[in-house]
Amino acid sequence: MSARQETIDAASAVGDSYKHGFVTDIDSEFAPKGLNEDIVRFISAKKGEPEWMLAWRLRAYRRWLTMQEPQWAKVDFPKIDYQDAYYYAAPKGYSAQPKSLDEIDPELLRTYEKLGIPLSEQKLLAGVAVDAVFDSVSVATTFKGKLEEAGVIFCSFSEAVREHPELVRKYLGTVVPYADNFHAALNAAVFSDGTFVYIPEGVRCPMELSTYFRINAANTGQFERTLIIADKGSYVSYLEGCTAPMRDENQLHAAVVELITLDDAEIKYSTVQNWYPGDKNGLGGIYNFVTKRGACRGRNSKISWTQVETGSAITWKYPSCILQGDNSVGEFYSIAITNNRQQADTGTKMIHLGNNTSSRIVAKGISAGASQSTYRGLVSIHPKASGARNHTQCDSLLIGDKCSANTVPYIEVRNSGAQVEHEATTSKLSEDQLFYCRQRGMDAETAVALLVNGFCREVLQHLPMEFAVEAQKLVGISLEGSVG
Amino acid sequence: MIMRNVMLEIRDLHVAVVAADGAREILRGIELNVKAGEVHAIMGPNGSGKSTLSHVLAGRPGYAITHGSITFMGEDLTALEPEARAAKGIFLGFQYPVEIPGVATMTFLKNAINAQRKARSEPELDAMGVMKLVQGEAARLKISADMLKRPLNVGFSGGEKKRNEILQMAVLQPRLAILDETDSGLDVDALRLVGEGVSALRAPDRAMIVITHYQRLLTHIVPDFVHVLAQGKIVRSGGKELADELDRAGYGGLIHEPA
Repeated sequence: MSARQETIDAASAVGDSYKHGFVTDIDSEFAPKGLNEDIVRFISAKKGEPEWMLAWRLRAYRRWLTMQEPQWAKVDFPKIDYQDAYYYAAPKGYSAQPKSLDEIDPELLRTYEKLGIPLSEQKLLAGVAVDAVFDSVSVATTFKGKLEEAGVIFCSFSEAVREHPELVRKYLGTVVPYADNFHAALNAAVFSDGTFVYIPEGVRCPMELSTYFRINAANTGQFERTLIIADKGSYVSYLEGCTAPMRDENQLHAAVVELITLDDAEIKYSTVQNWYPGDKNGLGGIYNFVTKRGACRGRNSKISWTQVETGSAITWKYPSCILQGDNSVGEFYSIAITNNRQQADTGTKMIHLGNNTSSRIVAKGISAGASQSTYRGLVSIHPKASGARNHTQCDSLLIGDKCSANTVPYIEVRNSGAQVEHEATTSKLSEDQLFYCRQRGMDAETAVALLVNGFCREVLQHLPMEFAVEAQKLVGISLEGSVG
Repeated sequence: MIMRNVMLEIRDLHVAVVAADGAREILRGIELNVKAGEVHAIMGPNGSGKSTLSHVLAGRPGYAITHGSITFMGEDLTALEPEARAAKGIFLGFQYPVEIPGVATMTFLKNAINAQRKARSEPELDAMGVMKLVQGEAARLKISADMLKRPLNVGFSGGEKKRNEILQMAVLQPRLAILDETDSGLDVDALRLVGEGVSALRAPDRAMIVITHYQRLLTHIVPDFVHVLAQGKIVRSGGKELADELDRAGYGGLIHEPA
């Protein structure tokens, strides 16, 4: 009858509601298990990479050997044995080049169809181009022809290394250097694919771009890189979605995303992350250790991150903005939902370097079950950043009384003219609200979904229209079983 | 004469409120029969158990029925979850309507209407259908389109909240409406608006229980029966003239304080 403890427990026992937990039965090719220089060379050779790319990977690998896993996040997990995983897995015959749609294995097409991402262009959401990454490789990229007409480059990372080496060499690692942190160094050494986007000067990308990441193979890590460059006066909206099968062991996902905006350019980057979260007892699930950062290099440029994080056993992720160009703008809109035994330590860094730079942070954390959620953020105003402004708002919502929420905001102001505001609230989903909804006829789960969607509304409305509806449903699904 | 059958039957109802420091008995043997088409007013001083009765009828968690029964349309009501009671046609107008941040009235009502329709195996209404229904009723209650877009009850005045409760009642078309202190916090104009709104919803197949401390609401919603609740029991019942009597004489003569 209520959200009291016995009913919370009873309800969470009802089980897992993860909708994307199936496995695709497909012949895969693996690199030998474990990690060493030979594996790095193996991956590079699979991709047919030039010498400079291999050299960069090896530098990253050697650096990684000297580094330690970050310990400061409020997450708890057994030590990862990096030798006990596969660093490369690909459906047979897909190593180098995404196929045209009629050459793709029907089993793969069915997989994406089941996930709600039909790859056939007729069936796709109008105006959304998709790059589909399956385990370590990109298996398809849609609408390439139409985008080429506009001069937009949208392709797999492997293809970009071959076809556009000058752009890749100019920008790769300039926002997230390979030595940036442990996970970023690992990614630089073994990244297997990902998405590359270049929007030429003055072009407004004619459609939404998206990448759909799917981990399928067991015992396999996914390490992809995304590099998006918006040249002067251009605009692009990009969305990524992620799912994985239900497996009892933990799998590592260590991605790197680099965004660059030049003068007057804007990138809007949205994520709906729904990796397998593990079961209700915390068995299995994805370790999502991701480094995402954007550099507003040009004047009047803008980078806006919107994330809906509902999946993963552990999330370690801080999409950030380096505001170099004068008048540049950084935004971070985040919803992080944890249920059962999930742990999330997520937030952002806004680094103000240029004059009159401004940033806005809206972070909504929802914790249920025995989960814990931490907002960790840094707002840094450098001495030369005159007229910088930041507004931060962090709201936490607790469902039940076994979960926890933490807010860890760092604020460093070295310019006395800066204007920095921080607001934070923590509340419990109230019995009054729940009863009010139920009295009007909604069952507890509908009521929780409605209340939490209301709590997140400010962030949800920053998602592209096509995905906002999906995200709203996902908010409800990921909290199933959180109240009785 | 099926319409005149007893809709709600309360027999010797004893209810305790469950708190950390133990249970405390609030209702001590309530007897009440309500037939379709009737309006019953329940009056009484603060702390007499009026709100508890309304909460127990709606199925609010936190109360234990220690004795007695509640039968609604021939069915044991106490076995049903709050949402199942709502789908059967029980509506509670809240004394303190709850704020629902980020959820507009229209969205809230769409969820409520369709949850009830689904429970009754009726087809759900699409967004357009809900909008037409809600806007039609809102106009009658002088509720602006702007208010329907605002998050429900957030920053609403007392009058706006209560009018919104009546709007929800009008849209959901309950069989039994329980209005808990709907007059509290209303000025004279808002009281008239709410009273007229409720009166317009009187129907032969609908019953109402109007819970109030004061007689003033009952000049707008004229009851068929008035009951006085004191110390967890109905101590006196009568027609509408009983409300006037209470207004003049107060509750003092009816309540015998325990020695």
